[in-house]
Amino acid sequence: MITGISIVSVWVLDQDAAKDFYTKQLGCELTNDIVLDNGMRWLTVRPQGSTGQELLLMDPARSMLDAETAAQVRALVAKGALSPGVMATTDCRADHDMLSGRGVEFTQPPAKRPYGIEALLRDDSGNWFSFTERKD
Amino acid sequence: MPGSARYGVAVAFSPVRDELRVRAGADISALRMLRRARDRIDRDYASTLGIATLAAEAGYSVGQFIRAFESAYGETPGRYRTRRRVERACELLRSVNLTVTEVCMLVGFSSVGTFSRRFSELVGRSPSAYREEAARLGGPAPIPGCFALVWRTGLPAADTGAESTFLR
Repeated sequence: MITGISIVSVWVLDQDAAKDFYTKQLGCELTNDIVLDNGMRWLTVRPQGSTGQELLLMDPARSMLDAETAAQVRALVAKGALSPGVMATTDCRADHDMLSGRGVEFTQPPAKRPYGIEALLRDDSGNWFSFTERKD
Repeated sequence: MPGSARYGVAVAFSPVRDELRVRAGADISALRMLRRARDRIDRDYASTLGIATLAAEAGYSVGQFIRAFESAYGETPGRYRTRRRVERACELLRSVNLTVTEVCMLVGFSSVGTFSRRFSELVGRSPSAYREEAARLGGPAPIPGCFALVWRTGLPAADTGAESTFLR
């Protein structure tokens, strides 16, 4: 039985900057920051209210990718083409205001949708996330 | 800023692999600037924000900016801004009880004639016809609006006639 996704990989351009952004600006908890034998830096954070899911902040240049592929992925992240998924929030409007106050960029403010209230968030690398408070 | 002179330096002293890396590094900062400009359009679509301002903020001349933006995103910044405005207009027409003129002004057009023409080109019908159809179909759209916009197919291209993607 598949119970969900435990780790979501997020390609980032600079792991130190991403660590700061995800912990200090988004308020996630740092769960791992280890350099493996093969040179890969395993950097994970957990959203404060998460029951288990973690985000793996991965540098394409320090991953399983070859140099040319890594450069292509980095370009896609930088131009804003990639989205790792939807961030869930219990109060989209309040969190949008709080995070904006910490300098987090939103490309679209909260708006009512058939499925809840949604904003669009941009991380410091260029990834975009739907930022959604789901209607039950 | 991307430029052949810069890549030329890399070629002069590096093997191919290093050249790729240097070139990618130069591209990354250029792409970040272009993405910031595009995000600015997403946020400030309704303002009088000009392409010249966006170009200056990104550190380009207007001509360079338009070419670089088009090369990264497949369309000029002006066209992207128009699509963004029309997409916002669609949402207002679907969800808010405003006149077409009010919607036109709210999303940043200054002339109803231009608004109606651009809208019809992109959506395949006039703003008022779009609203009537949306009201008739009713019910929530199954595709989240944000995804529809951020995906390049958020609005059907003028030449595909793919009218169903956005309405239902």
